[in-house]
Amino acid sequence: MNILIAMKQVPDLQQVRIRDRKPVLDDVPLLMGDIDRSALAAAVALQEAAAGKKIVLSAGDGNLEDTVKEALAAGADEAVLVIDDRLRDAESAFSARALAEAIRRTDDVGLVFFGEGSADNYSGQVMSRVAGLLGWPQAGYVREIRLEEGKAVLTRSLEDREEILEVDLPAVVSVVSEIAQPRTPSVTAILKAGRKPKTVFSLADLGLDGPQPKAVETLDQLAPQSERKKLVLKSVEELMDVLRSKEKP
Amino acid sequence: MKNILVYSDRPESAAELVSAGQLIAAATGGTLRALSVNAPDLSAFLAARGIDVLEVRAAGDPVTDAAQMAAALREAADRSDAGVILLSSGRRGKEIAGRLAQEIGAGCLTDVGRLDVVAGRITGVRYALGGATEVFQAVATDRQVLALRPGVFPEAPEGTPGSVQSLDVQLPAPRVRLRAVNAKAGDGADIEKAEVLVVVGQGLAEQGELALAERIARGLGGEVACTKPVATDRRWLPEDRIVGLSGKTCRPSLALLLGVSGQVQFTVGIRDAVTIVAVNRDDQAPVASLSDYFLPADLKAVLPELAGKFPGP
Repeated sequence: MNILIAMKQVPDLQQVRIRDRKPVLDDVPLLMGDIDRSALAAAVALQEAAAGKKIVLSAGDGNLEDTVKEALAAGADEAVLVIDDRLRDAESAFSARALAEAIRRTDDVGLVFFGEGSADNYSGQVMSRVAGLLGWPQAGYVREIRLEEGKAVLTRSLEDREEILEVDLPAVVSVVSEIAQPRTPSVTAILKAGRKPKTVFSLADLGLDGPQPKAVETLDQLAPQSERKKLVLKSVEELMDVLRSKEKP
Repeated sequence: MKNILVYSDRPESAAELVSAGQLIAAATGGTLRALSVNAPDLSAFLAARGIDVLEVRAAGDPVTDAAQMAAALREAADRSDAGVILLSSGRRGKEIAGRLAQEIGAGCLTDVGRLDVVAGRITGVRYALGGATEVFQAVATDRQVLALRPGVFPEAPEGTPGSVQSLDVQLPAPRVRLRAVNAKAGDGADIEKAEVLVVVGQGLAEQGELALAERIARGLGGEVACTKPVATDRRWLPEDRIVGLSGKTCRPSLALLLGVSGQVQFTVGIRDAVTIVAVNRDDQAPVASLSDYFLPADLKAVLPELAGKFPGP
């Protein structure tokens, strides 16, 4: 049984600057999000005793092969990629179709891992949409997972409780970052990563190169305005005065 | 499909969806209905808020299986001619939102924090780029699934009672089975409702200093909250104390940030505080421009001094 780990290429959020309330993304490097790295580490740990492969799965533009090297160095055996410039900033519904079609063309998939949300948009839709497209069961916000014959037993972490669930395979799961610490690859692993096998699909290969109707229209994107006083205090006494004046009577 | 359907398994979230749904209904002329699954108490709670409730009773635990929930919602939306389906953007609601949207061919927005209806078109506002920006979006498909951030919309009060009708649904066979439920290690503090929050970040050097932050919070009549790494990496506080994009959105009248650098993913959760006061060693940290009052100082010295001004345990 193979495990796929879906990863999204996202801009390095620490390097996004705002100018005139608009985001400036030129020259911002693209990388794999932290939760995706945790998902990969969890999949690697789960497969340690098993014979199957850990395959990183991603859909994006031409830069994708560079970004995915990091995942191959951090423990994935292979990569399955969908590459097309139309997948840059694609909406969830379209990314999900590309990923689902790539999953259908991959042998013996038992589990597909997603991060609970992408680092940039956090919308959390793609995982559920992929499960819907494949008609597979799904479980989100997984904190722990182990395999039993033909099923996965997992802990879903909700706001106020945890559910221990038994899910038939194949299945799609999303994980929270606590599931595993991301792995830092060794230099040797980084050097070897470039030689690991990659399967690359175009949208045409997947029958998705026709016009795609938009499901969501973005009307505007603006940095929220902050109107803070930004006064600098000099001592704990001054701090105490402020706290005393602001606390509820 | 001019009507509106709301669903959450949590009563307080469902009541928030009712008030958001009423806002949309007032602007579009649609009728509002709610779904309830294996939860007669929730049906009664919602009916008391003036809503007609469609109640599903089914074997097993469909609420834990997003595929079964998507089927129940689809049927309820068809029966009530609903074009807008409102869910809560808590973990469960968000998971169901994507599945439902996929299965009914709808566009979907999650984590919606504000809604606007102009000339019958709904605009949702959500964060993007980790919270650095807000995007204003509208769903372009005939049907739309909107998941609303919990704690943002007011809970609808009781009104002229609505009805509860049972709804027969053919659910797909369950492929997710519930073996057990464990209460989460939390201590009941509700940081979303606190008037005063003392938020600790990674600038806190050791766990022992947490007691000082707690003393300050108690002295100010508030609760202690934290940034994500303090709960998930250091495990000093339970996860229900996390403020930010992957935690809670809080609107206290006073927030005191101790050793918080002010990464954008965190600021999303505290941006709506009335007054923000911060202490941080680095006066170039983003938190300096996020605050009304900023004390550039080493917490090692400030914490004991400040805590000393409040009564001890």
